Amino acid sequence: MNNILLSKKGIIDLHSLKKYIAHGGYEALKKALSMPPENIISMVIESGLRGRGGAGFPAGMKWKFLPKEREITKYLICNADEGEPGTFKDRQIMEFDPHLLIEGMTITAYAIGACRGFIYIRGEYDWIAKVLIRALKEAEDHGFSGDYILGTDYQFCIDVFRGAGSYICGEETALLESIEGKAGRPRLKPPFPATFGLYGKPTVVQNVATLSSIPFIVNNGPDAFKTFGKPRNYGTMLFGICGHVNKPGVYEYPMGTSLKKLIYEVAGGIKGNKGLKAVIPGGLSAPILKADEIDIEMDFDSLIAAGSILGTGGIIVLDENVSIPFVAQKAAKFFAHESCGQCTPCREGTNIIKFLIDRIAAGEGSLTDIEQVLRLCRCIKGSTLCAMGDTAAFSIETMVKKFRGEFESLVK
Amino acid sequence: MKNISLNIDGKNIKTVERKTVLNVARENGIYIPTLCYHPRTKQAGKCRICVVEVKGLPGLRVSCSLEAKDGMEVLTNTGRIIETRKMIVELYLSSGRHNCISCEGSGTCELQDAAYHLGIEKSSFPNMTKDIPIDTSSPMIIRDMNKCIQCYRCIAGCNDIAVNEVLDMGFRSSRMTVVCDTNKPMGKSSCVICGECVQLCPTGALTERKSATKGRDWETGKIKTTCPYCGVGCQMYLHVRDNEIIKVTGAEDTAPNYGSLCIKGRFGYDFVHSHERLRSPLLRKNGEFAEVSWEDALDFTAKKLLEIKKNHGPESIVGIGCARTTNENNYVMMKFMRAVIGTNNVDHCART
Repeated sequence: MNNILLSKKGIIDLHSLKKYIAHGGYEALKKALSMPPENIISMVIESGLRGRGGAGFPAGMKWKFLPKEREITKYLICNADEGEPGTFKDRQIMEFDPHLLIEGMTITAYAIGACRGFIYIRGEYDWIAKVLIRALKEAEDHGFSGDYILGTDYQFCIDVFRGAGSYICGEETALLESIEGKAGRPRLKPPFPATFGLYGKPTVVQNVATLSSIPFIVNNGPDAFKTFGKPRNYGTMLFGICGHVNKPGVYEYPMGTSLKKLIYEVAGGIKGNKGLKAVIPGGLSAPILKADEIDIEMDFDSLIAAGSILGTGGIIVLDENVSIPFVAQKAAKFFAHESCGQCTPCREGTNIIKFLIDRIAAGEGSLTDIEQVLRLCRCIKGSTLCAMGDTAAFSIETMVKKFRGEFESLVK
Repeated sequence: MKNISLNIDGKNIKTVERKTVLNVARENGIYIPTLCYHPRTKQAGKCRICVVEVKGLPGLRVSCSLEAKDGMEVLTNTGRIIETRKMIVELYLSSGRHNCISCEGSGTCELQDAAYHLGIEKSSFPNMTKDIPIDTSSPMIIRDMNKCIQCYRCIAGCNDIAVNEVLDMGFRSSRMTVVCDTNKPMGKSSCVICGECVQLCPTGALTERKSATKGRDWETGKIKTTCPYCGVGCQMYLHVRDNEIIKVTGAEDTAPNYGSLCIKGRFGYDFVHSHERLRSPLLRKNGEFAEVSWEDALDFTAKKLLEIKKNHGPESIVGIGCARTTNENNYVMMKFMRAVIGTNNVDHCART
């Protein structure tokens, strides 16, 4: 079932321009350049495409917030800072099909009137950055990027910008600060990037998978896109399934595919025929689901209704032998380390949560410590500067609440 | 500006647009604690203690950077808000060494105020203090980073108001701390010791070295005066205890300096109490200086000037104004030379 993003999976040397064109590449760009930009935006709105980076904001709507005037400098940024633990979907596209992303970005830039694009790739993806740079060079040499794209007077060049290893730089305003050469710390919002983005100019920041879905929509129309998924959650999602499964990997399935199916059929079930304890459905920030909660459709709305989030679609499967306090300990350590430090609840709160959970896991904690962790999570939620503190608190709170027995057995 | 009306805690308030919810609340006597907000450094959104709830908006909002809009319904006092504020103060108390007993900031500390209003005696969270060595390298400023609450006010003051660009925030997570240049001791950094950061610091993290142990805020009288160093005429407060100046701060509510001072105005006040300072005019008699009264000194000077004018003409006299007097004094000096002496030979030592 590889239809939108991984439709060309398995083709050898797809990263070369020749192979990409041989398999229908850059057809969407040709079509897009013959259309008025507004039509592309309305097509994307019509398709109902929602951002694949975690928040699920409708992509076309985000583009509409930008000023219409063509003479205003605008930027398009591809967020490839795939830092969420348990997430490895974007690299699948960038490493094996870089031209799909370049084509998607060029069409998007044409639609919104951006003159310059950046791919902000996480520092650890060193070799993928090289793949992208090579692909961009090839695309520019053959007139698919840079000046006079496909013989028109439309210009758009893309730069690859490597991050330096900070998780928070995946947050769009921290990412902008990082490109500007400052420390990666999120900005106070509003203003949002659509009005005050990179270097103070209107900017659109989109995830790799979102931008890579654009060529399909332009080629086949919004209705073809809507044959995948379900209302309000159209299209496909790249599910990166990892943890205790027989066949971990990245799989493309329509939105709304059952989590149970993804674990037991697609990923081949639990390793060693053990029982399932819990699943983190959307990267480490997503609140954990217990084994009896996995009969659920994997889309933005269903997961919110179930008290979790789809996030990045990185599914972490934990078998019955896993200790949840141990998982919480690792998560707390990660969030405390990655907090940018700007706002008090996140900076000090995550640090104390880490301290308390470490104490509980070491068998030196008390019931009061568990209550304090819950109190911190409750107060951090909704009071932080960016979404990181919220999600950190939400994910740890859920682990403690759903598996309280395990935590209590450690302190008694 | 357009008139708007909004509701805060059930109270209907009429105001004008482009104000923050915090300012509207304060103008109407509604208390919202703040730590990182200062009228001169503007919105910050860092400490999160000024959170409020707004009907129709999810989560809590920081009132210091939330624009008041027509028809807004704001709550500043719900259980959730108080719980969050208490958590924030407790987080600060557990992560820093905030003991008020001998702190120079006691009495003017905004963290102390917030803890007082929320009724917090001590933090219920574990002690996370790091015991950072106190930076005493600067000749005038003592930096105790154990008392720093990462409010960014000193950084905004140094970069945006004084524009010395020395301070910035270094590192991240709970290791985040204010650094001078590339994390140098303050005394070895490019700091010019204007003291802007000290004046903006809401706690006792940045204090004046010379004022240490000489008296706290409530023990001193404050005398508003004009800085004697140059013609700009900065307004400042002398903090006086037992007839001795123990500290100088800039007057924040008034032109021309709105609280800023330079190293001389803020720290150069020792001369006031110097024993070597001239206390009366001296007149040379038989080759020796002798103390005389002001009347005698002025009569003597006037007599001599008139003599010179009469014998050699007004063009033989030159007047040079002093940069340490005020604008008004320099004006009078100019008038004196032109109208009384009758010459245009008048200049000023600060002229380039």
